[in-house]
Amino acid sequence: MPDRLSRRSFGGLAVALALGGCARSWPKGSNGEEQRLNFYNWDTYTAESTLSGFQAATGVEVAMSHYANNDELFARLRAGNPGFDVIVPSNEFVTRLQISDLLSPLDHARIPNRANIAPEFVNVPFDPGRRWSLPYTWLALGIGYRKSRVDGVPDSWKYVLDSDLYSGRIGLLAEGDDLIRLGAKYLGHSLNAVTPAVMEEVTQMLIRQKRHVKLFHHDEGQDLLAAGEIDLVVEYNGDIAQVMAEDDDLAFVVPREGTLFNSDSLCIPAGCPRPDNAHRFINYLLDAQVGADIASAIRYPTPNAAVLARMPAEYRDNPVIFPKGPAMAKSEYGRFQSIAHIRAVEEAITRVMAA
Amino acid sequence: MSGGHQEQRPGQAPGVFAAVGLPPIVWLAALFIAPLAVIWAYSFGENRTLVDIAITGNWGSYARALKPLYLAILLKSLGFAALTTLICFILGLPVALAISFASPRVKLLLLLAVMLPFWTNLLIRTYALMAILRTEGLINSALGGLWGLVPGLPPFEPLPLINNNFAVVVGLVYVHLPFMVLPLYAALDRLDRSLIEASLDLGAGHLATLWRVVVPMALPGIISGIIITFIPALGAYLAPDLLGGTNSQMIANVIERQFRSANDWPFGAALSFLLMYLTFAALLLQSLISRRSAAREARA
Repeated sequence: MPDRLSRRSFGGLAVALALGGCARSWPKGSNGEEQRLNFYNWDTYTAESTLSGFQAATGVEVAMSHYANNDELFARLRAGNPGFDVIVPSNEFVTRLQISDLLSPLDHARIPNRANIAPEFVNVPFDPGRRWSLPYTWLALGIGYRKSRVDGVPDSWKYVLDSDLYSGRIGLLAEGDDLIRLGAKYLGHSLNAVTPAVMEEVTQMLIRQKRHVKLFHHDEGQDLLAAGEIDLVVEYNGDIAQVMAEDDDLAFVVPREGTLFNSDSLCIPAGCPRPDNAHRFINYLLDAQVGADIASAIRYPTPNAAVLARMPAEYRDNPVIFPKGPAMAKSEYGRFQSIAHIRAVEEAITRVMAA
Repeated sequence: MSGGHQEQRPGQAPGVFAAVGLPPIVWLAALFIAPLAVIWAYSFGENRTLVDIAITGNWGSYARALKPLYLAILLKSLGFAALTTLICFILGLPVALAISFASPRVKLLLLLAVMLPFWTNLLIRTYALMAILRTEGLINSALGGLWGLVPGLPPFEPLPLINNNFAVVVGLVYVHLPFMVLPLYAALDRLDRSLIEASLDLGAGHLATLWRVVVPMALPGIISGIIITFIPALGAYLAPDLLGGTNSQMIANVIERQFRSANDWPFGAALSFLLMYLTFAALLLQSLISRRSAAREARA
């Protein structure tokens, strides 16, 4: 999700560095584990001081590598954990990983900072009681746009999914699952009740709309918007907030039909080589000041009450980071449905792309 | 070794053969045949859970891969690959000819220039191409700058150079051109120059000499060039993904999605093997053609 044009090259480099690091040997810490940790995370998702701060506090060196989407994370882990200690899947992938026995349960006694989490994020449907995950951020999809090139506020999915008004200047997400769900939302259905009939309706709509769409992006929508390639883009609020800091002509809106929420969550994968370091690192990330530094840098909404209390009003009252209004009440978290559903979604998207 | 004083060719000594032959054979088996066999087995499997695949000997994935939806995408990919190969041939033949007729020193430099792009990662080269082609990229800003110098013209409308099928073909040709030039050069360099001189002396023009003397003699090299350009172009994934528009999906993009977002490895494996079968067919065709031309040469 938060992710720049260069994510693949960065990811590759990070993996190469991580592999190159295998030859080194690390001293053991007081917990009997090697003084290192492999953190598999989204790109541009920590503050500059985050990893070095953990090393200064504990002596544990963190090697971070990046993935571009949850599917990449899942594909890396399904054949066996290649050595990651902490990962950051989104909500429905917490479910997918957990039912596939790819997560290891969290030991709450070792994460006292979990008390910092805002109460509404503690008991969530995808992980009641937070046995497997603790929230790192939450995010909302919406429309990022260039004010000077758009009439008023494009506050409906109609402008990107079902209209020729901005023909040739629209960028949609390449993630089929998200596209289908947003289409369903626009047509007045729940995100999590996409029946075959609804899916067909959305597919036909996307096939009709495709000639007005300039490109399907892999989460680098904010860069394409900033570069002037497109004027409207379906993207995550934090990504647009990052580029809005550099360009006054950009804005973000959550369409009035409501949207898809995600919550990226800290988890420990099964087969984690250094579980105690992993728990200490998660506890560290949930610390109020560490979290405040991260939130200032990545500009995503934080689910951490202690962090929020430390943030300036510019962040807390920012309408992009914390969108408000009736659209928010209509929004939903995505839930994992079934294998058959994923397959149907992919085939629908292949049809859209082939049409 | 059991040779004693007797003179032996290396092929007759089992020890030498084992020492020389075993490492590549093990390498081939462990790193090429074994993983392919696993994927091949997956293509006859079914998803049980999100992570378990049962190999049941089921042909369902192939049946699905042969649906009109996927065949149409395959056909489109074949079209992209054929167009790429044709353009590479038209561009590559003069380049290969020029290199083969250059002086040894210049030849070395030219060959180096052809191979130089291989030293850079394909991904980086594709991103560089994006920077050149994009709406606010190098070509459009240069053209816009020139346009602005002429008074009285309407405002510059940037050319649509990226996110369309044109950009995909540009990307594919750019990446695959060396695959065409090098085998063509290898074939042309071995040509008997006296035949070309004879053709020119006997009154054939340059084009006639090219088509009636050079091309037939270089045919095996041309076929190799066509095949090793066509096969990777058919399986291209980055160019349509990064340079393409909403209409540029190729079969490799569909395969990639099966392994990632669809989490449907059996179907992805079946689609991959469909491509493999096509590749084997092309290689078979090549060996048939080269065998026939060898037989013809032997007769002549």
